[in-house]
Amino acid sequence: MSEISASAAPPPPAAAERLRFYASWLVAAIVLLLLPNIFTSGGSMTTFSLMGISIIFSLSYNILLGQTGMLSFGHAVYYGLGGFLAIHSMNIIGAHKLPIPLPIVPLIGGLSGLFFAALLGWVSTQRSGTAFAMISLGLAELIASSALILRSFFGGEAGVSTNRTKLLKLFDWSFGSQIQIYYLVAAWTLIAVIAMYALTRTPLGRMCNAVRDNPERVQFVGYNPHVVRYLAFCFAGFFAGLAGALAAINFEIANSAYLGAEQSGTVLFAAYIGGIGFFIGPIVGAIFVTFLSLGLSDLTQVWQLYFGLIFIAVVMFAPGGLTGLLMMHRPLVKAGTLPKVIPGYLIALVPTLAMIAGLVLSIETIVHYTVNPGDDPHIKAFGVGFDAASPFIWALAAVLLIGGFLVARKTWSWVGHAWDEAATMAREKGIAA
Amino acid sequence: MSAAIELRAVEKSFGQVAILRNINLSVAQGERHALIGPNGAGKSTTFNLISGYMKPTSGHVLLRGQEIAGLPPYQINRRGLSRSFQVTNVFTHMSVWENLRCAVLWSTGQRYAFWMNIDNLPEVRDRTAQILTDINLTARRDVPAGLLTYAEQRALEIGITVAGGADVILLDEPTAGMSHAETERAVALIRRLTEGRTLLIVEHDMSVVFGLADRISVLVYGQIIASGTPEEIRGDPKVREAYLGEEVA
Repeated sequence: MSEISASAAPPPPAAAERLRFYASWLVAAIVLLLLPNIFTSGGSMTTFSLMGISIIFSLSYNILLGQTGMLSFGHAVYYGLGGFLAIHSMNIIGAHKLPIPLPIVPLIGGLSGLFFAALLGWVSTQRSGTAFAMISLGLAELIASSALILRSFFGGEAGVSTNRTKLLKLFDWSFGSQIQIYYLVAAWTLIAVIAMYALTRTPLGRMCNAVRDNPERVQFVGYNPHVVRYLAFCFAGFFAGLAGALAAINFEIANSAYLGAEQSGTVLFAAYIGGIGFFIGPIVGAIFVTFLSLGLSDLTQVWQLYFGLIFIAVVMFAPGGLTGLLMMHRPLVKAGTLPKVIPGYLIALVPTLAMIAGLVLSIETIVHYTVNPGDDPHIKAFGVGFDAASPFIWALAAVLLIGGFLVARKTWSWVGHAWDEAATMAREKGIAA
Repeated sequence: MSAAIELRAVEKSFGQVAILRNINLSVAQGERHALIGPNGAGKSTTFNLISGYMKPTSGHVLLRGQEIAGLPPYQINRRGLSRSFQVTNVFTHMSVWENLRCAVLWSTGQRYAFWMNIDNLPEVRDRTAQILTDINLTARRDVPAGLLTYAEQRALEIGITVAGGADVILLDEPTAGMSHAETERAVALIRRLTEGRTLLIVEHDMSVVFGLADRISVLVYGQIIASGTPEEIRGDPKVREAYLGEEVA
């Protein structure tokens, strides 16, 4: 080994950098610990628990999509089976007074997810791309429909319920209250996130990226891409099962909705909206989507429609997801040219918001006439009341929508110019994107 | 001593169309062997058969005397045969460093390890750094492979091919599309990196072929019409008629 080539390797991270890395995990742990002191209501504890579960599930999904390049339409299968096996385990543990405390149960869910992924994954991971996507969809339909047929295991329409407080108590924690469940979810979320992050930095994790980029070439550097995909699939199954078990503990019930297409779709949404190209992308997406699905459903009847529109907007305008949008600005921040684009953003925001307001007015008016035509036309959406029968509102909606669109298109092209200028200046300062 | 690569009566057809007919080829260990011939003669198909990308319809492919016909590419690679591609075939979204490291991993025995931090493997690190220096891309270490210039991508392609330490190297048109100066640098690189190894190279640039090869085989319409030293090939009337024409006479 010569001196020259030794210096060719990336330098090991400096002590300060390493310290910052561990400190960020520590900060995350402290934030999780302190959250209940800031948001004290039971409702927010439920929200945070759901977010934690969704974070684990979305990250597990991104092991497939973002890291290994496998688009799955049936990831909820492993989430659901993890949930069902956790419920059955809790019932068995409770009935026989087995010495297994509740915090261990998610591990049972994870191992169930791993078992079924190992069982079902070998065939589907032979290929990536369309073949994998179609097989995952087929398997998902198979399992979801058997959930309604095999009543003894899946409990039919009603599902299977349990009582989480019947298990062995640990340090006097019965896990009856939501805050104790929150801490259970938070602890597992932290463990799972660290584990999945560590996975990306192992030889297998890097070969997953290689398989995503070019499965053909992988074969010519000694690796079998099928095995790489299969192992990634097993890991994804394990963490999905873990998340499913936590959901089962949280709700004390598991039903066929856990493994259905909607659940599989939601996790795809969350990972994609957050940004599949970044490790933290699915975390951002999970928080955003959980927040949105809880928040929007209070504000409007057709919240799923808005959800879909947001997804379409992200796919079209921000393929890197929310995280990608933020990361785009990093070179500008470093070069100090960010102020060049801020005024453009502020100007473009006005017509864009007007366009969105027009869209919302139109949608809600159409919903009134198609879904509940007999009701009082004085409706309320997003906390704002208006008369859906008034021609003035129709005109306003049309003006906002069309006018907003035309002006927004113009202003965004200005933003584009300002952006190019700022990015060029950043590049001239030697800062790569 | 058995030959590094030996093809015995290899045939390959796609449906009714015979691409390769009765190919017999022997590359001795440590030899630099060039495979030349007009477009569509079956040179790339020959490479695909040797490297496991395709299976021969009939015949034997031997690597150091052992049958490898029908084995998947990764098993052939693990036995010490590595190939490059005519069209650059790298891991586009990964950095140059990551590209080379992936190519080093199997040969250092990491297999599918998911319990070790990849940055804490000194052997992997040193070997990757060595290859990176060898292909002169140290300044481009952290650049995604997709953003390299064409010549740099070709150098990376060769780097990935030799990184695993295979002692039989197959290069498919490594200088295609390069300028004269770039070709010269690429040939010097190939010469250096394949020192002491067996090389089978497909190449259209006759100055490269005659400058680099110890022996040459000529493939025309799916058949090897001649095999020999550069002088023998240059003097062979069949070769001149079928392929070389008067340009190198």
